[in-house]
Amino acid sequence: MNMETTTSAFTSAFEYAPAPESRSVVDIAPSYGLFIDGEFTEAADGRVFKTVSPSTEEVLSEIARAGEADVDRAVRAARKAFEKWSALPGAERAKYLFRIARLIQERSRELAVLETLDNGKPIRETRDADLPLVAAHFFYYAGWADKLDHAGFGSSPKPLGVAGQVIPWNFPLLMLAWKIAPALATGNTVVLKPAETTPLSALFFADICRQAGLPKGVVNIIPGYGDAGAALVAHPDVNKVAFTGSTAVGKEIARTVAGSRKKLTLELGGKGANIVFDDAPIDQAVEGIVSGIFFNQGQVCCAGSRLLVQESIEEELLESLKRRLSTLRLGDPLDKNTDIGAINSAEQLARITTLVEQGEAEGVERWSPACELPASGYWFAPTLFTNVTQAHTVARDEIFGPVLSVLTFRTPDEAVAKANNTPYGLSAGIWTEKGSRILAVANRLRAGVVWSNTFNKFDPTSPFGGYKESGFGREGGRHGLEAYLDV
Amino acid sequence: MPTNAPSAARALLDVTSSDSTLRRFLHGLPGVDAVGLEARAAALGTRSIKTTAKAYAIDLAISMVDLTTLEGADTPGKVRALGAKAVRPDPTDRTAPGTAAVCVYPDMVAVAKEAVAGSGVKVASVATAFPAGRAALDVKLADVRDAVAAGADEIDMVIDRGAFLAGRYLKVYDEIVAVKEASGAARLKVIFETGELSTYDNIRRASWLGMLAGADFIKTSTGKVAVNATPANTLLMLEAVRDFRDRTGVQVGVKPAGGIRTSKDAIKFLVLVNETAGGDWLDNHWFRFGASSLLNDLLMQRQKLATGRYSGPDYVTVD
Amino acid sequence: MSDRLSVLKTYKLYVGGKFPRSESGRVYEVTDSEGKWLANAPQASRKDARDAVVAARKAFGGWAGATAYNRGQVLYRVAEMLEGRRVQFVREVADAEGLSKSKAAEQVEATIDRWVWYAGWTDKIAQVVGGGNPVAGPYFNLSSPEPTGVVAVLAPQESSFLGLVSVLAPVIATGNTAVVIASEKAPLPALSLAEVLATSDVPGGVVNVLSGRTAEIAAPLAAHRDVNAIDLAGADEALAKELEIAAADNLKRVLRPQPVDDWSATPGTDRMTAFLETKTVWHPTGSLGASGSAY
Repeated sequence: MNMETTTSAFTSAFEYAPAPESRSVVDIAPSYGLFIDGEFTEAADGRVFKTVSPSTEEVLSEIARAGEADVDRAVRAARKAFEKWSALPGAERAKYLFRIARLIQERSRELAVLETLDNGKPIRETRDADLPLVAAHFFYYAGWADKLDHAGFGSSPKPLGVAGQVIPWNFPLLMLAWKIAPALATGNTVVLKPAETTPLSALFFADICRQAGLPKGVVNIIPGYGDAGAALVAHPDVNKVAFTGSTAVGKEIARTVAGSRKKLTLELGGKGANIVFDDAPIDQAVEGIVSGIFFNQGQVCCAGSRLLVQESIEEELLESLKRRLSTLRLGDPLDKNTDIGAINSAEQLARITTLVEQGEAEGVERWSPACELPASGYWFAPTLFTNVTQAHTVARDEIFGPVLSVLTFRTPDEAVAKANNTPYGLSAGIWTEKGSRILAVANRLRAGVVWSNTFNKFDPTSPFGGYKESGFGREGGRHGLEAYLDV
Repeated sequence: MPTNAPSAARALLDVTSSDSTLRRFLHGLPGVDAVGLEARAAALGTRSIKTTAKAYAIDLAISMVDLTTLEGADTPGKVRALGAKAVRPDPTDRTAPGTAAVCVYPDMVAVAKEAVAGSGVKVASVATAFPAGRAALDVKLADVRDAVAAGADEIDMVIDRGAFLAGRYLKVYDEIVAVKEASGAARLKVIFETGELSTYDNIRRASWLGMLAGADFIKTSTGKVAVNATPANTLLMLEAVRDFRDRTGVQVGVKPAGGIRTSKDAIKFLVLVNETAGGDWLDNHWFRFGASSLLNDLLMQRQKLATGRYSGPDYVTVD
Repeated sequence: MSDRLSVLKTYKLYVGGKFPRSESGRVYEVTDSEGKWLANAPQASRKDARDAVVAARKAFGGWAGATAYNRGQVLYRVAEMLEGRRVQFVREVADAEGLSKSKAAEQVEATIDRWVWYAGWTDKIAQVVGGGNPVAGPYFNLSSPEPTGVVAVLAPQESSFLGLVSVLAPVIATGNTAVVIASEKAPLPALSLAEVLATSDVPGGVVNVLSGRTAEIAAPLAAHRDVNAIDLAGADEALAKELEIAAADNLKRVLRPQPVDDWSATPGTDRMTAFLETKTVWHPTGSLGASGSAY
């Protein structure tokens, strides 16, 4: 023993003081209208709804609620704008999109704070993931607008017409970008319905369209509930329907458009398997597992919500994982050091809670790090379920929350069989240092995106979308153009 | 209680009995994905350390500095000035903590010892034919014994990178064990020169090799090559000491050295410590910065926090 | 030579590489364009459809997992076998569609050429529709097309052979397996094609051929949860809508019927890409010690 006494006077732990991003960079008006034909207007029936901050339950603004008549008005505006917009030289459309991309970059701090307020996700994510990807997406598709002849869909591929787009609340502005950027680049006009819990960033985007000088009616934003989405999807003058959301609603939309000429793309739920082999780079795998299920509070369709770990390293991996989860910082989403923000809505929190309670009732083991939840707002602690089997509800149903189910496997064959044993097929992860195993397993996984030795990476050049009940069609990349072209 | 004795490690891990068992063990350590490691280090680098947390971190960082001069032109006067600065870094503010140690060549140990006498500041000495380590073992050991005899509290040795890269792990191991023995009561820091080991897998292997051999600290670099301490290689070494303690019960310190010049950088390293190895390492017995110019930046930031005004180089000492 | 009494053929379904009768025991009369009896064709039931799906699913892994080169070889072999039975198909197509011998011959030749065309596509489609993506970060990723799975194919009603092959070949060229419902009123070329497939190198179950009432067989296929996609080429507007609604239950990929004036026109890649999924696989790259980082 040559243990010395410490010369340091510092014995307290390193507590990070609050480091809140300034809320004053964003100015939220007390009320917003629908954005139709370049103007903000009230709903035809005058209905409104409130949008609240999920971390505090504070009302942020009052929003006009679109009904059937508004949907019709928006579709007519988009139809009217289509002729000129689609006839513009691609190079001109490109410049509008480049303008939009630049404006998003200029206003990214404001938009990040706004998104964090309305959605509840940490500013770290909106600042470092959502907003950079939003701008990148517009930049990417801007460049395609005058190069469509070279995209592999024949010469002078034609736009479809009016695109009706319905997006979810988990990545409000990013999902808007995924929908609007390729639609405009290919010469379509757009009616977009944001989710009822996160309408604000789409309305700020409407302002960006005005700043960019985008012709009236090319982009119409109609906040509202499911009824407005259903009316938009069913509208006879819509030529293209794009939806991101739940598998149940996706099926309903598929039935609605059946027998029509509407082109349909769906990006739906998932139950992604994150497979960790015994030769994985373990510290990076732990990071990948954490980002796979706790990024955006697990409210991600491609989340790695099933951890499939090789039985021989289960104990060691779980120990590392639990230690890592104990360092996650849950709380004020505007604090730059927050890792885990609020759940988006009371409804979503209730859904997560129900499924987790069902898991417990079925006898799986539940674990969460010591973690104090704020008194107001919608919160759910990061949660692990261990000793899960394929038969448990938590291994089959999409929870869409910060809840990871841990299953084990013995061989690569068994890992693949379990990973594919789901009606979904959106994402999967593979962790191993053996290259041939990555390629062999990736080949056999029935999922649209496979991350090996990484997870939850997105890029505008890379097609994204599901197999099986996770939907069809691809967003991103050259592939993403097809959904908006008459091919 | 963690102990620095390598016997615990030996008892638990009978892997150093031959070159082949040692190689099998080191090559059996989990691989490192470079992109994932660097991404994690970068993400921790985005932590926003403000107000009270910043004040705490700056004082902690000052207390962890191994204030270093390792130049051919070092003189007793230079070393005395350095020692004075280590003891009282900010002559205008007595509440500023002293540094952990001064770090000098063996022939300057006696001078340094005298300069810091009675202050609690340690004297560390590089040895073993620093920085290249290209000398016979006997010469290296003589170097170490000289430093210890002159009163060094800590020895910073370099490993034989040539032997390591040639796969002669047992040679590297034996040399560390011999140096540890020659160091006596002085704490031993083992420098890997991570920039020369080049791969993260090598850095993880070297970390375990050093710890198995009885290192009290593992240290990134000499400061004499192009690539010195980085957040990523330090994160990796923090993972290694964390895992080593889990497995053996023995706690080993970490010292990034070279290239850390600003308070902002230093705080990022402290965040790495806090969120990887944990609070047990947030103490200068277990974590050090090998640096020279870093100290003045820490002091200027400290003055800024105290006064609300930005400070300048005229308000800190040049030593 | 005196008139010889010919030997009539008993037409059967083709399921899992075997030639069963319909489990229902039913047959229906197939006549030529002038109403003259040609043969009795099996009238497949929903259980036959179920069996065909099981066979197609069983064959999927092997067929999708075969090398693209191998699938090309196998499909080319089919063209060779078709060429050898040209005379038979000319007669069957002429009877089925009321064409002259020369017109029927044109159809059969175009059909054989279409097999050859798709045989050549097997190892090229991935290069045309897939590729690497220039990700903004230290990652490499690759998007590759993969077969959707089991595809139900409602063969065109009018073009009994060229139309059939024009919708079937693209489905299997890309590695899917198929359950084909032959033209309701002209199923015989399809049932004879099954004999060619059975004697070429196409593994059993890759193509399954059912004859009977299109609407009756299609309904359980459209609703079947282990069918991944459906080509509605042979459905009229009302049936197509009904099947598309049923197909939504497990989100099948649906290729709606499109008017085709001339099946002999050179097809594009659309019928292949309709039943392909794009999979994007990522992996970190990292730098080679650049910018001060070790690797």
